[in-house]
Amino acid sequence: MLSPTTDTDPIIRFDRVNKSFGDLDVLKGLSFEIGAGERVTLIGPSGSGKTTILRLLMTLELVTPVKDPDDNGGVIWVEGKPYSHMEKGGKLHVASERYLRQRRQKVGMVFQQFNLFPNMKVLRNVTEAQVHTLKRSKEEAESKARELLDLVGLSDKVDNYPNQLSGGQQQRVAIARALAMDPDILLLDEVTSALDPELVADVLGVLRDVADTTNITMLIVTHEMGFARDVSNRVMMFDQGVIVEEDTPDKIFSDPQEVRTQDFLRAVLAE
Amino acid sequence: MDWSTVIDSLPGYAEPLLVTIQVTVMASALALVVAFALGLATSSKHLVVRTPARAFVELIRGSSVVVQLFWFAYAMPILLGIQFNFQILVGVIALALNYGAYSSEVVRGAIAAVPKGQLEAATALNFTTFQKMRLVVLPQAWPEMIPSLCSFAIMLLKASALVSMIGIADITFWADTLGGRPGQSPLPHLTVILVIYFVLAWLIWTGMRWLENKAKQSVGVAKPRKLKADPNADALGGVVEKSSTTQRRGGVK
Repeated sequence: MLSPTTDTDPIIRFDRVNKSFGDLDVLKGLSFEIGAGERVTLIGPSGSGKTTILRLLMTLELVTPVKDPDDNGGVIWVEGKPYSHMEKGGKLHVASERYLRQRRQKVGMVFQQFNLFPNMKVLRNVTEAQVHTLKRSKEEAESKARELLDLVGLSDKVDNYPNQLSGGQQQRVAIARALAMDPDILLLDEVTSALDPELVADVLGVLRDVADTTNITMLIVTHEMGFARDVSNRVMMFDQGVIVEEDTPDKIFSDPQEVRTQDFLRAVLAE
Repeated sequence: MDWSTVIDSLPGYAEPLLVTIQVTVMASALALVVAFALGLATSSKHLVVRTPARAFVELIRGSSVVVQLFWFAYAMPILLGIQFNFQILVGVIALALNYGAYSSEVVRGAIAAVPKGQLEAATALNFTTFQKMRLVVLPQAWPEMIPSLCSFAIMLLKASALVSMIGIADITFWADTLGGRPGQSPLPHLTVILVIYFVLAWLIWTGMRWLENKAKQSVGVAKPRKLKADPNADALGGVVEKSSTTQRRGGVK
């Protein structure tokens, strides 16, 4: 049965979501909810399904279809409406590309490898999607881009190409680019993993600013436990596609209940 | 060898030279269109688009350009009732289809070589498939294609000599005619066109180098002298990072 849209709906709801790659089941009937404005960090060993969750939300991967999703789930809901599926004739069907394009508008993502467009200067990297997908005027998009590039400390780099910037600077541009689209949900996929250690602090500093000054819902996959502790309201520990444990960062980091969480944190903190 | 006769005959090469240039330029331009059309079609995720394009590419690559040239010139008018008013068009179309089919593999390969992350970022920014191709994929793939397309353009120039076989009066046709006259040796005339082909190939190569450099600048891979205008551009990596870090801290306060 379809859930009615109400104000109390979580902004993100995974309802028994499955995701397989060939024979490999990455997510097995995963269910969780995230409230609007919540900052949730996903931790866990590699291959535990954290990044897959973000990629499903960005529609870079599609859920593995389940028979009769109205009864059996396998559906992602965003802002109270089906996201991985669409309603047709009172029933849920796997979403078309057109539907996904309409729904993913409010979701933004920052990638581990930055993925800036090397053929565009910094300013154009931040304005292009605003102009082409949000249909903003060039002036409006540029003004927004300059404001955000100032926020990330790169207002003097607007005329540089991405490959003339360091990794940390590129990642800050990527954050500005994602924010320029005014997302309600921001997905951060190991955004500091590809950076040299001395460049990590600046990127995390920018994200702390964003977390402090906006009410964007954030899903964060990171191995930066200090950052997770500072920024998130909740930490979810994943292993083999299921949530092993979830709690406030204080509880998870100082008093983890599950052996797998304890082992994982010990391994990460020993790095 | 009577070089004075050859020198006297040089002005006569002007018109055939124009024909060779016309065939090469028109066939190259059409080949580029064919290459992009087939390259995009063979990159398509839709089987109904990909399969016929693939079949066409293999058919063209698997048969001789000379046979294709004769087929377009003599078989097609009989089989399909299509007769071109100008024989030069037959040569242009045959060469364009042949080199377009070969070059489509260059286009396809360059498109496939654009990192997957670029497409994912474009999806995250909600670009349409067409926008992804126009704004992200092709501008990045284009500089990668140029060196190979340059080779094909030079090969096409040399293959343009084949159009003399269907009676088009290009420089090869002209050299063959002059060299075959009574009392004439073909050798000096063949030497003349050898030099002409070499100069034309060199011009193509130089033009393509310029184009490649322009294309690389458009993806930020400019030559150092181009970067001098930007005082920060030579200070890449960590050095730039430190200076901007200081600025960011000042800016966010």
